[in-house]
Amino acid sequence: MLLQVKNLSKNFSGLTAVQDVSLEVSEGELLAIVGPNGAGKSVFFGLLTGIFKPTSCSVFFRREEITGMKPHQVARRGIARTFQTTALFDQLRVVDNLALGYRLRTKSGLCSTLLHTRSWAREKQRVTDRVLEVLKTIGLSHRAFHFVSTLSQAEQRRLAIGVALMGQPGLLLLDEPTGGLVQRDTGEITELIRSIHQEQGVTICLIEHKMRMVMELAQRMVVLNFGSIIAEGPPREIAQDPKVIEAYLGVDHFAETQ
Amino acid sequence: MAVTRTLKERWWQIFFLALALALPQLLTSRYIFQILVMGYLFSIATLSLNLILGYTGQASLAHAAFFGIGAYGVAILTKGGLSFWMALPISALIAASVGFLVGLPTLRTRGSYFAISTLCFGVIVSIVAGNWISLTGGYTGIVGIPTPTPIRLPWFGEISFQDRTAQYYLVLAFLLLTLAVMHRLTGSILGLSFMAVRNNEVLAGALGIDTFRVKLLSFVVANFFAGLAGGLYASLIGSISPSTASMELTFNWLVYLLLGGVATLSGPIVGAFLIPLIMESLQFLAEYRMLIFGALLIAVIIYFPRGAMGAVQMWRQRVSGILHRTRGAREGVVAGQEP
Repeated sequence: MLLQVKNLSKNFSGLTAVQDVSLEVSEGELLAIVGPNGAGKSVFFGLLTGIFKPTSCSVFFRREEITGMKPHQVARRGIARTFQTTALFDQLRVVDNLALGYRLRTKSGLCSTLLHTRSWAREKQRVTDRVLEVLKTIGLSHRAFHFVSTLSQAEQRRLAIGVALMGQPGLLLLDEPTGGLVQRDTGEITELIRSIHQEQGVTICLIEHKMRMVMELAQRMVVLNFGSIIAEGPPREIAQDPKVIEAYLGVDHFAETQ
Repeated sequence: MAVTRTLKERWWQIFFLALALALPQLLTSRYIFQILVMGYLFSIATLSLNLILGYTGQASLAHAAFFGIGAYGVAILTKGGLSFWMALPISALIAASVGFLVGLPTLRTRGSYFAISTLCFGVIVSIVAGNWISLTGGYTGIVGIPTPTPIRLPWFGEISFQDRTAQYYLVLAFLLLTLAVMHRLTGSILGLSFMAVRNNEVLAGALGIDTFRVKLLSFVVANFFAGLAGGLYASLIGSISPSTASMELTFNWLVYLLLGGVATLSGPIVGAFLIPLIMESLQFLAEYRMLIFGALLIAVIIYFPRGAMGAVQMWRQRVSGILHRTRGAREGVVAGQEP
């Protein structure tokens, strides 16, 4: 088991955002987390990655307890994430953003940087190689030296996935990677996620509202409502679960998936 | 080929370096020498402030305090009989270590709290400098600080720093050293992590960057160079007082940095020379000059938020972008195709 979450709860001064959530993610899986707005999906990612401190729970990643660790400690153990509102270093170029995604795999400190030691040069080469590789994966080679602020929304979404992918994570958490995108761009991102999952074998946890995309990609689905899991299982079964239809999908969607 | 390319890309840097090296041969005025030496010293101080504020985004308002620690360190140690060449690195290291201790609690705070706590630290240092009479000489300060000890160099023979030309080259050498360090730092992945913290601290953390350690490293390095500049100042000027560690100096450097160009390597130097020059040329306005200067400062912040060199950089990028696109279209290649 790659990730094990036991009884995860979070209260924000009286408001329960996540309540008693337990779930497991196995190696190589693509799990989708769905639910209406405010169901606690993003807070759940925030709790896993150390951005929020859980009120109670235990989280294990590769059998090591990571509960209450700081964000950078969680990231160094192999959990990478993207954010719901695209988070990038918008004052920097595409290549710089990607290089920063690889920082956790580099060791160069002050002395080796100032003296340009051999190990520093080797590391620099490794960063460059990895940046070129990921640029190709996300299809942004032609934008490598452009500033992030000049990129389109879809390009920024792809770059955010690329930055998270740079450090070769064991688990990739994608928070609404197609939010605000038109259908064509959504299709491209879907293909990108599929290739990261299938060709590179990265385990992915995906928060998404676009049900067609979830149905295409996910092997398993978890539905959150008011901070609790109301259903869990293969997407086809979940789409027909009356509880899920009532809380999230709606009758129209049920008819559409039939 | 490589030499031609370097010359082509870096012609203006080579020009300014050649000019800086030739100046002592062209000038005789003692006054201009003094202005140049002070310009270089304050360039080092502003460059180091640029590291923590410009690149790392942490507004340290105690920069002159660390400059003062370096200055008092060199003054006390050299007057106690230690060689300048030992006293200078020791004093810079003391400034860096004090920076480390101050940074430990203050860099955990966010936003304006760091600025406020460093402001308080700055006030504490100047009060200590004024009142610890047995060590610092109180408000009278320390006078008669020895000039750097003579050194023997291959080719040059013995160099005595009584001579103002030697003093000029000494400060220039330290400025070039500071520039080289800043250049290597900001052009590396380590330097990128400073900028990452400035740009988006939450994302930097999520990418495995220990943001607190990054800020602490930047603060310590910045204070080392502030201390170094202070030590040089004490030895070359010969006298110091609590005003050497005053808030006014920090604010001057802040203005040099904002107007010269935040997060650029040339901006702090341009600011450190340009602003005193503007102030000097506004002398005829007497007490009204601050009024004009204030208006100028506001105008620059509104219209050129990245300062003079930031504006030049943007303009160069724009021009090269246009050239690139025109050439690309003519040759049938897509701009930026090759990473």
